[in-house]
Amino acid sequence: MMSEHLKQLEAESIYIFREAVAQFERPVLLYSIGKDSSVLLQLALKAFAPGKLPFPLLHVDTTWKFKDMIQFRDQTVKRLGLELLVHTNQEGLDQGIGPFSHGSRVHTDVMKTQALRQALDKGQYDGIFGGARRDEEGSRAKERVFSFRNTHHQWDPKGQRPELWQLYNGRLQLAESMRVFPLSNWTELDVWLYILQEQIPVVPLYFAKERPVVQRQGTWLMVDDERMPLEPGEMAENRIIRFRTLGCYPLTGGIESTAQSVEELLEEMLQSRSSERQGRLIDQDQVGSMEKKKQEGYF
Amino acid sequence: MPPLLEKHLQKDLLRFLTCGSVDDGKSTLIGRLLYDAGLVPDDQLATIKSDQLKRSLAEPDLSLLLDGLQAEREQGITIDVAYRYFSTKQRKFIVADTPGHEQYTANMVTGASHCQLALLLVDARKGVLSQTRRHFVVVRLLGLQHVAVVVNKLDLIDYHQETYLQMEKQIQSLGQQLGLKELYCFPISAVTGANVVHRSAHTEWYEGPTLLNWLEEVEIQTSIEGEPFRFPVQFVSRPHQDFRGYMGTVTAGHIAVGEEVLVLPSQANNRVQQIIGVHGEQPSAERGEAVTIVLEKETDLSRGEVLVLKKEEPMIVTDQFEANLVWFGDQPLRPGKRYELRLGTVAVPATIKRLLHRLEIQTMQELPSPQLERNDMGRCELALEKATPCDRYEDLPATGSFILVDRVTDNTIAAGMITATASRQVVRHQSRVDKSVRSQLKGQTPRVLWFTGLSGSGKSTLANALEQRLAELGYHTYLLDGDNVRHGLNRDLGFQEEDRAENIRRVGEISKLMLEAGLIVLVSFISPFRSERQQVRELLDIGEFIEVFVNTPIEVCEERDPKGLYKLARDGKLPNFTGISSPYEPPDHPELVLNTHQNSQEKNLKYLLNALRLS
Repeated sequence: MMSEHLKQLEAESIYIFREAVAQFERPVLLYSIGKDSSVLLQLALKAFAPGKLPFPLLHVDTTWKFKDMIQFRDQTVKRLGLELLVHTNQEGLDQGIGPFSHGSRVHTDVMKTQALRQALDKGQYDGIFGGARRDEEGSRAKERVFSFRNTHHQWDPKGQRPELWQLYNGRLQLAESMRVFPLSNWTELDVWLYILQEQIPVVPLYFAKERPVVQRQGTWLMVDDERMPLEPGEMAENRIIRFRTLGCYPLTGGIESTAQSVEELLEEMLQSRSSERQGRLIDQDQVGSMEKKKQEGYF
Repeated sequence: MPPLLEKHLQKDLLRFLTCGSVDDGKSTLIGRLLYDAGLVPDDQLATIKSDQLKRSLAEPDLSLLLDGLQAEREQGITIDVAYRYFSTKQRKFIVADTPGHEQYTANMVTGASHCQLALLLVDARKGVLSQTRRHFVVVRLLGLQHVAVVVNKLDLIDYHQETYLQMEKQIQSLGQQLGLKELYCFPISAVTGANVVHRSAHTEWYEGPTLLNWLEEVEIQTSIEGEPFRFPVQFVSRPHQDFRGYMGTVTAGHIAVGEEVLVLPSQANNRVQQIIGVHGEQPSAERGEAVTIVLEKETDLSRGEVLVLKKEEPMIVTDQFEANLVWFGDQPLRPGKRYELRLGTVAVPATIKRLLHRLEIQTMQELPSPQLERNDMGRCELALEKATPCDRYEDLPATGSFILVDRVTDNTIAAGMITATASRQVVRHQSRVDKSVRSQLKGQTPRVLWFTGLSGSGKSTLANALEQRLAELGYHTYLLDGDNVRHGLNRDLGFQEEDRAENIRRVGEISKLMLEAGLIVLVSFISPFRSERQQVRELLDIGEFIEVFVNTPIEVCEERDPKGLYKLARDGKLPNFTGISSPYEPPDHPELVLNTHQNSQEKNLKYLLNALRLS
């Protein structure tokens, strides 16, 4: 059965993909391996079938992603025959920047925001697809589908172009760019319903399994490799957890859950009462932190 | 599949917006809807509760669930559309919470253009304010399917029935004046929750549905019976030699494999061979579907062309129409200026020929006006530089709406809705020999090189030398300067401000004609004002105007003083002399800056040939 509202959202996203590819010279898709990226990719493939994707995928690798994510990324690219570019901020790597040694703010700024800007400058991309949804967070709720960035990749929340009907104004001057968000109107629930309906593969970390964890700031952090510093006397314990969002493992909290399939996960979600980004330590540093990051060029 | 999921998949989708004046409580209303319907996640509840403590409020501030941007939280106002998503047992909702301030009308219109239904808030103590009227008009112009007025803050008038009924009467008569077919009214209090999700003991006199009830039940039309088929080509897919598919979204009507189609504007006949949808081949497609259409006869369509059904009423192809505009630009609308018009998947240069009237919001009168200012609404006549397929907005919104884009700043500066198209097919006589044909014959790319700078800066000397060099290289040129223009074409003009502006305007127009003749035009005028040079730049296509700033210091110019003018000006015998008694505004972003007192002429010529891509 094809859901009526998913059909509408799907058609809208495909329209946005085609519109951007028609208007921009060097499009690229920011692939972050999570569930939203999986849906984004599926929609992109549908938009341009029977042809191939007319743009490459770009992954900004902080080197702190879950191992399962990287494995899933490489499998996906191989299975679908896609072109993938991976960028890491070499300078940051040389300086040994990481979430444990420098804290989430510095790590995110250097290894994500700066890294992304480097990669975009290098590729001179003008239309950059991302999987952000408006229901994720307050400042995203206000962002346009075609979101203009100046030559420094900055977002000006007060000066956004009016975006009327389905008429997307993609005009740019040299070195300016546009972030394009085909999933703007999707909710977390829509994403999972679509994954169910279309049988889209996702990273196994979304499903409950026994994993080695420690408790930090009221959430479960997974000990994904030996770089995780343990407090004196602290020991990793095994717990059945899963993740609602994925990112750098030291910044991503897991939740206790037994949901092992998309259906179980959806049922759990329909009964749950906490919002999605809660497990993400990055947004809670300070009020309005996402908005600040976005103004600086973070996705 | 579990029944709970099954139910979720069956819901339909309603997009609505909330609008109204500042402080009428829009964000609080949506917050209340979410809160009472039990849809606020625990962690967000915690955030607003902690805010309540911090600010010692009696009730939690539910508007915080909506106002996402920090600037808004600080100023307590909403400056941009915030989208919210929620679903009840019946329906999924997308809410556009739009700002109330007049200066953010553009954002309100943006929100409304994506919605099927509008909730207009009115403060029960204040009634209909000018900003409420403005939003009424926008909602009417955009033709939303349903409009409801929510009379809020009833708690502040003690839920007084008479006051409410009187206000409802006033609102209904405004609705009639605007020609709204149906208008719903709700007496509510977002702060206490009366009639939002639950009924209230304070308003036993009210017998209608609660707001949420109504939102869940109201019927939404997704297509119109018998509407004609429209398919603007969005993107051409050519993955390999044997496949050419036209990608796009069906914006109206229905199409099936085997049906005969016309391609517009060319009117070529064809037939649908194949339709590829999101799950592969399909026999037909209808409004809203994103598909790829393969045609039987081999043709070479491009983005912007439209497929229609041959058996249906023909679609208008025209290069002029009348439209309602909502103006967003910082600069007022100027008849005669060229903008980029975007309609469906077409982008075409267009000019506003005439402003027919401006709509006075207070009195709803249509008044003659020389211009539209930011946030004004009015009707005008537009001329497009290419005949384009279009519809009346009222009939088919997707092919009847457009935006205007400023060709210099790239900003979207107006929303337009077509009200009347020429009844017959109007195609302006297109002389077949055009700019590109003429320039090909001459084997050159036409350009306007605009030399600006002080008197005595060396503009004319350089322009003359360049023309000489171009002639030697076999290029076709023409040099316009004070000597050959002032004595003929512009001999009726003096040196007062208006005359100087008119002088430059005429030179600009002449340059454009010569450019269209395929020439390389060299223009040497002091042209001291930025806005005038900008005006000429906007007359031409991007890249055609090359601004050359001859940047010679005034001391050097004065020392040269070839015509003795500086001396006269210093003696007070020449009023309005640029650099002495009248300002010179240097260009902000000229294509080329030259100086004649340090660089050799040969070096400057090299730069100029470079700018023309001739070296």
